[in-house]
Amino acid sequence: MLVQRGREVGEMEAELKEMLDDLESLGRSLPDPSRNASIDKLRSRVKHLSELAKFAPVHRSKVKDMSAEVVDSNPYSRLMALQRMGIVENYERIREYSVAIVGIGGVGSVAAEMLTRCGVGRLLLYDYDKVELANMNRLFFRPEQVGMTKTDAAVQTLSDINPDVVLESYTLNITTVQGFETFISSLKNKSFRPDKEGSGVDLVLSCVDNYEARMVVNQACNELNQTWMESGVSEDAVSGHIQLLIPGETACFACAPPLVVASGVDERTLKREGVCAASLPTTMGVIAGLLVQNTLKFLLKFGHVSPYLGYNSLKDYFPTMEMRPNPQCANAACLERQATNLTGLCL
Amino acid sequence: MEGWDPSTKSTLTQIPLLGTKAGPRDGAGWTQRLKEEYKALIAYTQMNKSNDNDWFRISAANPEGTRWTGKCWYVHNLLKYEFDLQFDIPVTYPATAPELELPQLDGKTQKMYRGGKICLTVHFKPLWAKNCPRFGIAHALCLGLAPWLAAEVPILVDSGMIKHKDDAPSSNES
Repeated sequence: MLVQRGREVGEMEAELKEMLDDLESLGRSLPDPSRNASIDKLRSRVKHLSELAKFAPVHRSKVKDMSAEVVDSNPYSRLMALQRMGIVENYERIREYSVAIVGIGGVGSVAAEMLTRCGVGRLLLYDYDKVELANMNRLFFRPEQVGMTKTDAAVQTLSDINPDVVLESYTLNITTVQGFETFISSLKNKSFRPDKEGSGVDLVLSCVDNYEARMVVNQACNELNQTWMESGVSEDAVSGHIQLLIPGETACFACAPPLVVASGVDERTLKREGVCAASLPTTMGVIAGLLVQNTLKFLLKFGHVSPYLGYNSLKDYFPTMEMRPNPQCANAACLERQATNLTGLCL
Repeated sequence: MEGWDPSTKSTLTQIPLLGTKAGPRDGAGWTQRLKEEYKALIAYTQMNKSNDNDWFRISAANPEGTRWTGKCWYVHNLLKYEFDLQFDIPVTYPATAPELELPQLDGKTQKMYRGGKICLTVHFKPLWAKNCPRFGIAHALCLGLAPWLAAEVPILVDSGMIKHKDDAPSSNES
C-alpha cells in the first residue's frame, strides 16, 4: 500500500475501459462487416492507451518509520542496509536533521535530490532565480519547468520523489538586507526540533555561484555559530571544491577564500555561472556528490569528514588540506568566534 | 591599477575616499557611511560636470539607503542613450561591492547576468577588496559602470539591439 494511484489515473482507466466496451458493441451492431477492420484498429489503439495509463504519475504515501525490511516496496531498505553492514550506527537519525541549501542551481538542486532520496528530515531551499532553458545542460530541472521559480520547481520534483521530507522554500535574494533577515530567522526557527541546541538547522550548504553570496552565507553562519559547507565549480567548468567551515575552528570564507589557495586564482575574479561562464553536468554532479557525501558523514558520524577537497577534472587530481582561522580576518563575527573558541579550550 | 585606462585612473584618484567601515546593518555607523557616500558622489558628479562628462544621477530610493535608483547615459555618434540604473547595498557592504543593474538591457547582451546586473572586469573585484572600506558607490560607478557603458553601448547600438529614443517607436511601421 506504499503506492497510491492518483484519482485522475483511476478515472482515466475507467474511461478507457468504457470506450473499449462501446467500441465492441459498435462493432457488433454494424451491418457492414467491411468496417470491422477500422473498429479493430481503434480497439487496439485504446488498449495501447490503457497500457500507457498504467504508467501515469503515481504518488507514494508517507512512511511513518524507516524499515530495514528488504522488499521492493520499501524506499529505505538499501539505506538501512548501511547499518547492517556496519557503516552507519543509526541511519534513521537522518530524519531528525535539517539541512539548508542556499542556491538551487547546478550543484544545489542535485544535492537537494540526493538528500531527499536519503530521507533527510527537513530541507530548507533558498534561491531567487527562475528555471531557464539555458539550465538544461545541467541535472535535475526539466524543460517543462521553464519559467517556474527554482524553489517551486524543486519542491514539485522533490515532494514527488520523497513525501517524507519536510520541504521549506524561500524565494529571496539573501544578499539584500530584507532577504538576509528572513534567511537568518529561518535558520534560527526551531519548530521542527524544539529541543535542538544552537540554531534550527544542522548544516548549511552553500551552492551559490558568486563571491558576494558566499560572503553573505559566511556572515550568517559566523553570526549564528553555524557549521556549514561551501561548494563551487570554476568558471571554465573543469574544476571545483567543497570545504567544511566551523566558525572559530576552521578558516572562514573571509579568512581565505578557497580557490586562492587551490589554484592561485583570486576567487573574487571568478565569473558566475550562466551567461558569463561555462558549465558541465558532470563536474557539477561530481561536486554535488562530494558535498552530500561529506554531509552524510558529518550528520551520521561515519568516516572522515573532509575539511577541504578539491577536484581538478583535467588531471583527476583531488587535493585536500586543512585551514586554521586567520587571526587578522576582516570579518568581526569570525574574530568573535575565534575568541570564544580559544576561551573554550583548556590551555 | 594595472589594466585600467589612464583617464579612468586619473578620475578615480580624484574621487574622495571614504573612512567608515560600516554596512546597512551597522546603525549609526551606516548613517555616517551614507554621508560619506553622498560626499564622494557629489564630488564625482561635479568633477564630471566640469569636464563636460556628466553621465549619471543616482540617489537612495528608501530612507535606510539600501536601495538606489537613478539614470545613466552614454553618447555614441552624437546621440544620447539613457538607461535606468538601480542596485541594492548588500548586507556584507563594503566588503563586497554593490551589483549594478541596468534592467532595460536585461537579455540584450552577454556581458550581463540575469536581472540586468552588469559583468565587471576581472580587475574590478580585487581592486575593490584591496581598497575596502575606502571605495564607495562613486568608485563602483567610475570603475565598473563607466567602462562597461563605453564598451557595450557602441556594440548594442551598432548591432541594432538598442535604438535611439527618437527613431525607436513608429519608424518601422510604415
